[in-house]
Amino acid sequence: MKKFFAQAYLWILLILLYSPIAFIAIYSFTEAKAFGNWTGFSTKLYGNLLTGNITGGHGLIQALENTLLIALVSAVASMILGTISAIGIYHLRGRKRKAVQFLNSLPMINPDVITGVSLFLLFVFLGFSQGYLTVILAHISFCTPYVVLSVLPRLGQLNPNIYEAALDLGATPAQALWKVLIPQLRPGMLSGFVLAFTMSLDDFAVTFFTRGTIGLETLSTFIYADARRGGLTPELRPLMTLIFLIILVVLGLLNTRQGKNAAQNHINL
Amino acid sequence: MGKRSNWALPYLIFLILFVALPLILIALYAFRDGNGSFTLSNITKFFTDGDALSTFAVSIEVAVENTLICLLLGYPAAWILANRDLNKSAVTAILFILPMWVNALMRTLATAELFNSLGFTLGKGTLIFGMVYDYLPFMIYPIYNVLQKMDKSYGEAAADLGATPAEVFMKVTLPLSKPGIFSGILMVFMPTVSTFAISEFLTNNKIKLFGTIIQENINSSMWNYGAALSLFMLVIIGLTTILLGGEDREIEGGTL
Repeated sequence: MKKFFAQAYLWILLILLYSPIAFIAIYSFTEAKAFGNWTGFSTKLYGNLLTGNITGGHGLIQALENTLLIALVSAVASMILGTISAIGIYHLRGRKRKAVQFLNSLPMINPDVITGVSLFLLFVFLGFSQGYLTVILAHISFCTPYVVLSVLPRLGQLNPNIYEAALDLGATPAQALWKVLIPQLRPGMLSGFVLAFTMSLDDFAVTFFTRGTIGLETLSTFIYADARRGGLTPELRPLMTLIFLIILVVLGLLNTRQGKNAAQNHINL
Repeated sequence: MGKRSNWALPYLIFLILFVALPLILIALYAFRDGNGSFTLSNITKFFTDGDALSTFAVSIEVAVENTLICLLLGYPAAWILANRDLNKSAVTAILFILPMWVNALMRTLATAELFNSLGFTLGKGTLIFGMVYDYLPFMIYPIYNVLQKMDKSYGEAAADLGATPAEVFMKVTLPLSKPGIFSGILMVFMPTVSTFAISEFLTNNKIKLFGTIIQENINSSMWNYGAALSLFMLVIIGLTTILLGGEDREIEGGTL
């Protein structure tokens, strides 16, 4: 009985949390321009999305491409920078380590708006013209701390003798890094990468302040501009539904392939 | 050994350039006027700017209410998720973070549309509940993590020594889960107090939060005043972090 109530509570919360997403999915199957209007079942919006014949032109596809490109570049860069730095931080001692770790924690504590405004002022101060490069630099700055925090605990679990043994057996430091250290750190790097990719994908405020005036749009800024104009591009509904389904399928595959361990690892992300 | 610690050097330079310097610039710009000379006028302007002051008060109020509701709803959820007798599957826990992969603005617009179609007038009520939708997972997760890693034998020992389940919870589980509660509060309070766009969407532009005022000033080239407002936000964030973080360390030290 207790278990029944406990499960019921969880499922009520889940239904509440998922209702906006279900709302998007339901209204992706109608042609109505305005979100929330039902004009009968139709898959036309999916057709539009797949053929690229989108209301209001190519902006949405361009925004999707920008979002993915920025997320991919920032996540790869953060993964490399974060892993190298985690190894460095792991070997730092005392006050120096504390100082770096404090700086590393700042982007995670800072609200997006502050990060956005502060980086905006930096680029103005340095006279950088704002665009793709500044957005990517900004994303690297708030994504890398998550990679560092994913890789650091792995380093603590490593046997340091294996790396030393590789060196003793004649490996160059680069070989020892590439063939011994990196493979052992891979799970941490991977979850850092996934976190960084997710943070970048979902970002709105930082992109908003650092994209300059060259008309660079990501999905978030595109949706914001759309909503300000007073009407969402209808094809956003099928697009968001598809993105959610892809995530469900990917996680489902990971789960069935690696069983419960994967699920547990995932939670510790 | 000493050599590998140098690997942190490039990142340290990166952090100084892209994290520390920008924050210093906020303070710098806050105390300058348009011509670059020192002034306190941006700071005094805030205290005489009725719009900014009331927005500030509303932001704090909304953030506190949102955080409290998230805590009240999220703690039981985290507790059930971490309890092996009540919930065996890790999948349920994953289900709570999945919505975060759908663009937050899109989700918020859908929430507003959903409230609309259910006949609720968009306003303060929908703002707070809409934000609960957005931030509940951030409260559940840290608490769940702490509860899951907690050594169950403390609770069992208390029960063996005659504590009722309610006493076990109040005197053992709850105090031990404090670090999770604090990071949950931090992860919900910080973004809600500073959010922009979300509040306009959920209230049909009726209620502005502090983040929006900052954004409006920056976008209309009032950089110095925008920086001053950001500085106030930073002070609030800093105080909250120290308050919660300081307590956090004390608890961690006290667990053994």
